[in-house]
Amino acid sequence: MFELLGISPQALFGQLLIGLINGSFYAMLSLGLAVIFGMLNIINFTHGAQYMIGAFVAWYALQYFGLNYWWSLLIAPIVVGAFGIVLERTMLQRLYKLDHLYGLLLTFGIALILQGFFLNEFGSSGLPYPIPPSLQGGQNLGFMFLPNYRAWVIVFSLVVCLVTWYLIERTKLGSYLRAATENPTLVQAFGINVPRMITLTYGFGVGLAALAGVLAAPIYRVNPLMGADLIIVVFAVVVIGGMGSILGSVVTGFALGIIEGLTKVFYPEASNTVIFVIMAIVLLLKPAGLFGRTA
Amino acid sequence: MRETAVGQPLLSVKNLHAWYGESHILHGAEFEIYPGEVVTLLGRNGAGKTTTLKSIMGIVPKRTGSIIFEGTELIDLPSNRIARLGIAFCPEERGIFASLDVEENLLLPPQVKNGGLTVDQIFELFPNLKERLRSQGTKLSGGEQQMLAIARILRTGAQLLLLDEPTEGLAPVIIQQIGATIRRLKERGFTILLVEQNFRFASTLADRHYVMEHGRIIDMIPNAHLAANMDKLHDYLGV
Ligand SMILES: Nc1ncnc2c1ncn2[C@@H]1O[C@H](COP(=O)(O)OP(=O)(O)OP(=O)(O)O)[C@@H](O)[C@H]1O
Ligand SMILES: [Mg+2]
Repeated sequence: MFELLGISPQALFGQLLIGLINGSFYAMLSLGLAVIFGMLNIINFTHGAQYMIGAFVAWYALQYFGLNYWWSLLIAPIVVGAFGIVLERTMLQRLYKLDHLYGLLLTFGIALILQGFFLNEFGSSGLPYPIPPSLQGGQNLGFMFLPNYRAWVIVFSLVVCLVTWYLIERTKLGSYLRAATENPTLVQAFGINVPRMITLTYGFGVGLAALAGVLAAPIYRVNPLMGADLIIVVFAVVVIGGMGSILGSVVTGFALGIIEGLTKVFYPEASNTVIFVIMAIVLLLKPAGLFGRTA
Repeated sequence: MRETAVGQPLLSVKNLHAWYGESHILHGAEFEIYPGEVVTLLGRNGAGKTTTLKSIMGIVPKRTGSIIFEGTELIDLPSNRIARLGIAFCPEERGIFASLDVEENLLLPPQVKNGGLTVDQIFELFPNLKERLRSQGTKLSGGEQQMLAIARILRTGAQLLLLDEPTEGLAPVIIQQIGATIRRLKERGFTILLVEQNFRFASTLADRHYVMEHGRIIDMIPNAHLAANMDKLHDYLGV
C-alpha cells in the first residue's frame, strides 16, 4: 500500500511521530490557555513567552546551579508560575471587569517585553540543552526508529493533560473551578475565596506552559522566539477546540499535531497552513469551536 | 408563634443604601431579625427586596450603612467572609451550576459552622434529589432545582438563611413541599429571611412581615395582625 502511494513507511511514521510531538505541545499549551480563559476571562497572550521562559529556567538551572532536567521539570513551573501570580495580582486583576480586548492587549504587551529582554540577553540563535542521559538513545520498532526522549515527551504530556482533566472534571477542587467559571459571585457568596482561586489558576496555567517549555528544551534549542512561533498555532488550536473547553483543547491539540504531520507526508505544500484552513472552516461551521459551549 | 421578639437581634440592618452603578436602589432600609424567627420581606416588583438580600450577602457593587450579624459589622466584608460567619443565600434565579452534577451542586458550599444538616437528613427532606445525584444540575425540573438550591445551603451550618422567592413559578404541590420544609427548618432553630410575593404562602410560615417600597422599609406587620391589616397590605402590594 505504501508503494502504491509512493510514500515510504519511514517517512510516514517519522512524520506521525513529529505530529504527535507537536501535538503534545499544542495540547499542553492550549490546555493552559483554556484553564486560564475559563476562570479569568483573559486570553493569555503571554503564554508563549512563559513557555519560552520555562525552557530558559531549565537552561539556567543546569548552567549555573547544576540542577538537571528532572529538577527543572519541578522548578520551572514553580518559578514561572510564581511570576504569573505576581503578574495576576499586580496587573491582570484590574482588567476582569473590562472587555477581553484589554487582557489581550496587556498580555500581548508583556509577551513582547519579555521576548525583547531575552533576545537582548541571549540573541536569537538559541542555546543547546542536552537530552537527559537516562532518556538518550532509542528503540528500533522495526518499521521505524523511536527516540526515547520523544516517546517520553508524548507520554508525559498525555499524562499531564489527563491529570489536569481529572483534577478539573472529577475532584472537589475542580467543582469549585467549574462553578466559579459559571458564576463566581455565587461561589464566593458560599464562602470560597474566589479571587485567590483565580490567582492560583493563573499560576497553574502558566506553570503548565513552563513545563511544556522544559519538555521542549532538549528537542528545539532554547530560544527567545520559540514561544512566539508556537503560540500562533496554539491559538488556532484553541479556536478550533473551543475556548475554555478542557477536554476539547487536549483532543484538538493532539489531533491537529497528527493532521499536520500527515499533511507533511501527503501534501507538504499545505503543511504550514493546514491548521489555519481547518480553523477557518470550523469558525464558519461552528463558531464556538468543536467542543465549545455556546454561551 | 411569637408576636414581639425579645433579646438581641441576630441581624440588625440600619440605614442601608445600595447602588448598581449610578442607580441608587436602597434608601436607608432598616429592620431586625431575632434568632429563630422567620421574617418575610414583601413588596412590589422592583421594590429592592433582592437587592436587600444581596446587600446582606455582600454581593452588590456598592453599599453603605450598617449590617450587624451576631455583633459583627458586615458592611465592609467581602461575601466569602460573610458566608463564613454563618449566612447563606438562595438566589431568586436559583443558581444551579450546569457544569456540576446534582451531587456536586449539593456538596459545593463548604461547611462554615457545626450544626448543619447531614446529607441523609437533606435526602429525608428532599427525596427526589437522592434519585438524581448523577444528573446535570440544570437538567432537573424547576421545582427540583429550587429544592437543590435550598438543600445545598442547609449543609453548611449557616444559621441565617436568605431565601429569595423560593416558590416563584412553581406548582402548588411543590410550593406546599417547600412550605413544609421551611417549617421544619424553623423547628430546628434556623433563622430565615424570606422574600415572597405570595403573602398567603408567607402568612402560613412567618412570624413577622416587613413591607418594602422604593428601597425603604415602610411597615412591619406581626403575622398575628395580618388579618386585621389586610386592606393596608393589599394597598402596599397593589394586589
Ligand atoms: N444588576 C442590576 N443593575 C442595575 N439595576 C438593577 C440591577 N438589579 C436590579 N436593579 C434594579 O434595582 C431595583 C430593585 O431590584 P430588586 O431586584 O432588588 O427588586 P425586587 O424587589 O427583588 O423585585 P422582584 O420582586 O421583581 O424580584 C429595580 O428597579 C431593578 O431594575
Ligand atoms: Mg427580586
